[in-house]
Amino acid sequence: MALLEVRNLCTEFRTGVGIVPAVDGISYTVEPGETVAIVGESGSGKSVGALSLLRLIPDPPGRITAGEVIFAGRDLLRLSEAEMREVRGGEIGMVFQEPMTSLNPVLTIGRQITETLEQHRGADRAECERRAHELLGLVGIADAARRLKQYPHQLSGGMRQRIMIAIALACEPKMIIADEPTTALDVTIQAQILELMQRLTRQLGVALIVITHNLGVVARYADRVNVMYAGRIVESGSAAAIYHNPRHPYTMALLRSVPRLDRPRQARLDPIEGQPPDLTRLDQGCAFRPRCRFAVEACAAARPPLLPIGAPGQHSACFRAADLAAAGRAA
Amino acid sequence: MNGQDPAAPPLLEVRGLKMHFPITEGVVVRRHLGEVKAVDGVDLQIRRGETMGLVGESGCGKTTMGRCILRLERPTAGEILYDGVNIATLDRKGLLALRRRIQVIFQDPYSSLNPRMKVGAILSEPMKVHGIHPDRERRNQRVRELLSLCGLNPNFADRYPHEMSGGQRQRVGIARALALDPEFIVCDEAVSALDVSIQAQIINLLEDLREKLSLTYLFIAHDLSVVRHLCQRVAVMYLGRVVELASCDEVFERPQHPYTKALLAAVPVPDPAVEAERTFQPLAGEVPSPINPPPGCGFHPRCPIAVETCRRIRPEPRELRPDHWVACSEAG
Repeated sequence: MALLEVRNLCTEFRTGVGIVPAVDGISYTVEPGETVAIVGESGSGKSVGALSLLRLIPDPPGRITAGEVIFAGRDLLRLSEAEMREVRGGEIGMVFQEPMTSLNPVLTIGRQITETLEQHRGADRAECERRAHELLGLVGIADAARRLKQYPHQLSGGMRQRIMIAIALACEPKMIIADEPTTALDVTIQAQILELMQRLTRQLGVALIVITHNLGVVARYADRVNVMYAGRIVESGSAAAIYHNPRHPYTMALLRSVPRLDRPRQARLDPIEGQPPDLTRLDQGCAFRPRCRFAVEACAAARPPLLPIGAPGQHSACFRAADLAAAGRAA
Repeated sequence: MNGQDPAAPPLLEVRGLKMHFPITEGVVVRRHLGEVKAVDGVDLQIRRGETMGLVGESGCGKTTMGRCILRLERPTAGEILYDGVNIATLDRKGLLALRRRIQVIFQDPYSSLNPRMKVGAILSEPMKVHGIHPDRERRNQRVRELLSLCGLNPNFADRYPHEMSGGQRQRVGIARALALDPEFIVCDEAVSALDVSIQAQIINLLEDLREKLSLTYLFIAHDLSVVRHLCQRVAVMYLGRVVELASCDEVFERPQHPYTKALLAAVPVPDPAVEAERTFQPLAGEVPSPINPPPGCGFHPRCPIAVETCRRIRPEPRELRPDHWVACSEAG
């Protein structure tokens, strides 16, 4: 049975210019111990979708309007706020993009780790401190005794992100949600942090949802991928299927638009023309249609549903998905 | 191909550039506590018509280098010869003239455009400051030219920045840099804040403009795949120094400095099959503080091939292969 099953999740924001359907009916699953990447560009709904799982959407202006989030057999959207607090940081850990703003600047590192343990485990002080030492060792921080007494501003960005991972792992969660965990970090530090997360989640059997816009990171670390555009999942499948045989024009175009270090230099890049859509003004058709090379009349009439195609477990939300295999090979 | 001749005198030559920022304490009595050695002895030549990449991680001094060349900072030491003239010590009047020739494109199209000005006013401003096209009609016409040159509808002159997307704003930032018809542009992380699909549009635009207007770029970035795509030559910086400098093909095909090698290995490529096969050891540790850099080679605490002398002697750049400079005593 899947560890997490998201069914038709919808989250909207009410703004001065109208209702923004930031997440518009997404469904996916996460199996125990696997790493699932959510890929998309700014405004695609990837972060809002993940925050909605933990009900961390500020209301107002945001609101989860529909759907179910079945985690380990319970619908998180139906839990009381007190029960939800048990889940956050307990069964589900979180790692955010900016470790400076997600750690409390006036509490020591040690306190922030033990706080989580006291909250969820009700452990006594000595037990908490022993576990905090152990966690720092786990995330590769030497000299734990000194580090536990320090404040976030005394640590580097990479070190702070290691602390975030330690806090996320503190209560032995079943799943961790990491929202752009390395976007604010330098490339050599990014590599350290991602290798660490991969090693720990495998070793401890923790499932990981990683939200990112970096296609290289996805290729290296994800088992499965959900590609989002304009609040919807447009393609999903194994990383191998998505990269080697994409069946949605957006995925294809995204992969083509990045310069690659492992291939000969191209004369020109192949961008996706046009701009991302204004979510307050979507019509009934496919949101990618205005930028799509394959768009036909039918694409204006209705939004294509996410249907199985291609490799086992692969899905695409495109009326022309069946025609794209040939086009993909030609490109 | 790019109309550049290695034998011709460089458009820009940086010699022994240092930029040290003082760290002080106290308001009434200022005490000097030390200095941040943001740029600590850099030599660099940029040829007319080329795109020179400047890469490195946060705090390596790449942005400070750009700011010195733009003379937004007055360097602590060294020379910056632009077309043969040392601009490191120019006075106010000299600077004004310089800025008609050297312009800049910033990273963040959200904070680098004045939110209270319409796009037309943003693009007219540099012309007014420099007294170009005093006639309003002519100026407005130039604004429209600039907008279409950058792939925007000329009617965008009447819009405010907040009415535009990130990619469109960056096009306005580029149009503003072009308003004075400069010959040299410092692109400081000019595509880093943009989404992947928009990034490719802007990269293509920058390339088109370079050819059409015979521009020379200093392209400061941390994204190595973008630098490889856009640049003819690239300089890799670490802790205020250039550690490797060569043509793009050389640096990416035959990196010599252990830091460059580690940097390249840290970038995952968008192909799960390639990544499944690839194992690498991430570089351990973090960049040391530029306030108190390690003695000898700045990279030695993290270097996999460091030997005893690296702790004491700072390596000077050596020409390991033709036109391929490496500041490492053990490389090669």
